[in-house]
Amino acid sequence: MDLTIAILVTVVGASTPILIAALGELVVERSGVLNLGVEGMMLLGAIAGFVVQFHTGNHYLALLCGAAAGMAASLIFGFLTLSLSANQTATGLALTIFGTGFSALAGASYSARPVALMSPIFPDLATHPVLRVLFGYSFPAYFALFMVFAIWFFLKKTRAGLILRAVGENDLSAHSIGYSVIQVRYFAVMFGGAMAGVAGACFPLTLTPQWAEGMTAGRGWIAVALVVFASWRPFRLLGGAYLFGLVMTMELYAKAGGGPLSAIPSELWAALPYIATIAVLVLISLRRDASTNAPACLGKPFMPSN
Amino acid sequence: MPNRLELTGITKQFPGVLANDHVSFAVKPGEIHALLGENGAGKSTLVKMIYGIMQPDAGEIRWNGEPVVVANPKAARKLGIGMVFQHFSLFEALTVLENIALGMDAKIPSRELESRIREVMETYGLALDPHRTVATLSVGERQRIEIVRALLLNPQLLIMDEPTSVLTPQEVEQLFTVLRKLAAEGCSILYISHKLHEIKALCDTATILRGGKLVDTCDPKQETSRSMAEKMIGAGLKDIVKAEGRTFGPPKLVVNKLSTIKTGHFDVAVDNVSFTVRAGEILGVAGVAGNGQNALLDALSGELIGDDREAITIDGFGIGLMNTTERRRRGLCAVPEERNGHAAVGDFSLSDNSVLTARDRLGMVVLGLINSGAAKTYTGKVIADFAVKALGPASTAGSLSGGNLQKYIMGREILQKPTVLVVSQPTWGVDAGAAAAIHQALVDLAAAGSAIVVISQDLDELRALCDTLAVINMGRLSAARPVKEFSVEEIGLLMGGVHGSMETA
Ligand SMILES: Nc1ncnc2c1ncn2[C@@H]1O[C@H](COP(=O)(O)OP(=O)(O)O)[C@@H](O)[C@H]1O
Ligand SMILES: [Mg+2]
Repeated sequence: MDLTIAILVTVVGASTPILIAALGELVVERSGVLNLGVEGMMLLGAIAGFVVQFHTGNHYLALLCGAAAGMAASLIFGFLTLSLSANQTATGLALTIFGTGFSALAGASYSARPVALMSPIFPDLATHPVLRVLFGYSFPAYFALFMVFAIWFFLKKTRAGLILRAVGENDLSAHSIGYSVIQVRYFAVMFGGAMAGVAGACFPLTLTPQWAEGMTAGRGWIAVALVVFASWRPFRLLGGAYLFGLVMTMELYAKAGGGPLSAIPSELWAALPYIATIAVLVLISLRRDASTNAPACLGKPFMPSN
Repeated sequence: MPNRLELTGITKQFPGVLANDHVSFAVKPGEIHALLGENGAGKSTLVKMIYGIMQPDAGEIRWNGEPVVVANPKAARKLGIGMVFQHFSLFEALTVLENIALGMDAKIPSRELESRIREVMETYGLALDPHRTVATLSVGERQRIEIVRALLLNPQLLIMDEPTSVLTPQEVEQLFTVLRKLAAEGCSILYISHKLHEIKALCDTATILRGGKLVDTCDPKQETSRSMAEKMIGAGLKDIVKAEGRTFGPPKLVVNKLSTIKTGHFDVAVDNVSFTVRAGEILGVAGVAGNGQNALLDALSGELIGDDREAITIDGFGIGLMNTTERRRRGLCAVPEERNGHAAVGDFSLSDNSVLTARDRLGMVVLGLINSGAAKTYTGKVIADFAVKALGPASTAGSLSGGNLQKYIMGREILQKPTVLVVSQPTWGVDAGAAAAIHQALVDLAAAGSAIVVISQDLDELRALCDTLAVINMGRLSAARPVKEFSVEEIGLLMGGVHGSMETA
């Protein structure tokens, strides 16, 4: 029982950054833009968050600065792909490489310097043996859940969300009706950047209380993949993120030699999220409606005829 | 009362093309005003400026007497201008309701919007389910969305850019009823079309453009289709030159008891069809759309392969079991009705599109490598001979206007000099001048000894072009007879399914 609770709490913690980053990417892709720079933006958010936390000790300011760093990086991406119509795939990859390198450079003097983790927002309930499953988390976990609902509501129920979907579905038509495709996409890309930044900042603020090079460890890529698995739907994304969190947590317990889990070598556990990625991908592509749910203009630069 | 819309000296220059050159005309309240012209005459460009999608380089637009600048489509809608586009600007993955909501500038709660949509649909007899996803709708239904969307704004001017090129005759009739009703209520309509008989039936005034210049404003009811066509192309319309008293050679294409299986829900299969086309002969297949024409074309081209080798023979050789490529090698070329996506790949260059169908007959592939020089030369020849308006062999097929793409596709097949050519709707969406050129090329090909099958819904075209005629109805083909022996009434009866003794004649 205790172990189950402990595992569940770890799962939520590990899933939260993936979920936040994936939610941002979902909005970006729904607007028709494919930003593969999530991993890079997360690392920039992570270093920015860490540095601010290290110097000010204010976790919320650190998260905010992480968001700002991610958003700034996404603006570069936006400028290249939206204003200059550069290839989105190539630019996204470049952004990831840039983010990895720049964060390593900026963080070189901060390695092995610990900071304090964010504390749970319900400190009294967080120590309760059972209720901590629900109340034992710091701010980002609840923020992520709230955003799942908020983004679903935005896309499904608001006019702005409808316009965003329309732009991703048929940019030329949206343009001819009179919507500014580029402007909508800039907003989406900036939102995605901010979410990736927050997700990155979660690593030093909620998971491992220090800076380490490349500390997001490919989670940005899993977030990108999750968006596809979830067929661009926020609530499916929630399920997918927790599922991946579960698999990653299993790896930790297997490494720690935790009972029956260690029957399987930890290397295999480590590979599992990626194997699961492939498995889900295959399952999804077998199902028709999921793949056709892709925004029709995804990844295509907007080229109005005049 | 001032004119609803008045244009003075509207000019628009694109790189290399003067699309509109000092165009001036006026539209009165409640008037149905036709805008006529060949492909590329500048009609779409002109209305895009009225609707604010583009800005004129020079000239003035007056709206109800007042000079206005239409900065964008939103400003146009605010003035009371609605537009239904040539290519629908719909979002496939969204519902009808969401699509319409996107076109509204004011924020209307979706429940209120839905009741207003139902009201408009009721008033004008436009049936639609607001909660259907657009991807599941037919072309006619999609157009209805655009019309409802425009009508919700109570427009004073409705612009329609070639609205009927994709509609069935019944849908066209319904559309005209709606438009006449609107005009009677005082809404002006600016109507773009190639189809001159439609213009004569519907419009009060016609403005004709040629090469970006206004050449005439006339009353279409006082004109003949021919006189308007001549104004559009700026020259006398050439009659098809056919040698009199031609004799036909030996049978080239013999179809014997050809049947297909129904493939889709809406398809009509071909049922026990037999006919013979001789060298030098053009056989017309008339019929109302959806009576098995597509299945017939697919069965002949090799897209649908039957189980009887001898059901189709060329020069006595059975090709019934061959696929498209093998049939092309044997000399049978085919042009399906749908140009973009079926007859041509939109994202490919014209040159590459030529390779797709002409590679074997013209040796464009050597040892598996594409001879791009040959493809380019051939494509250049098609462009020149058929007056295709394209930048060159490297332009993508999708960048061509519908009529120009049709000219390219027809040229691509005709210049291969096939033994047998099967074409569906050879002049669909093509203007009068280009249609005459395509007709002449078909006649010349036949005169050189090819056998040709033309499937068309345009009776005038078939009567002018063909030597023999047969009528398809519910997948069954009447016996082919010399076209001169048919009266229009008789063809009409056959198209309606009255076969009578004709079948055995
Ligand atoms: N956005 C554009 N850029 C460059 N040339 C254009 C553009 N739009 C139209 N044209 C050219 O302007 C001319 C008029 O085109 P258009 O108005 O579409 O003709 P129509 O609607 O009468 O067939 C054509 O030669 C076409 O190639
Ligand atoms: Mg046009």
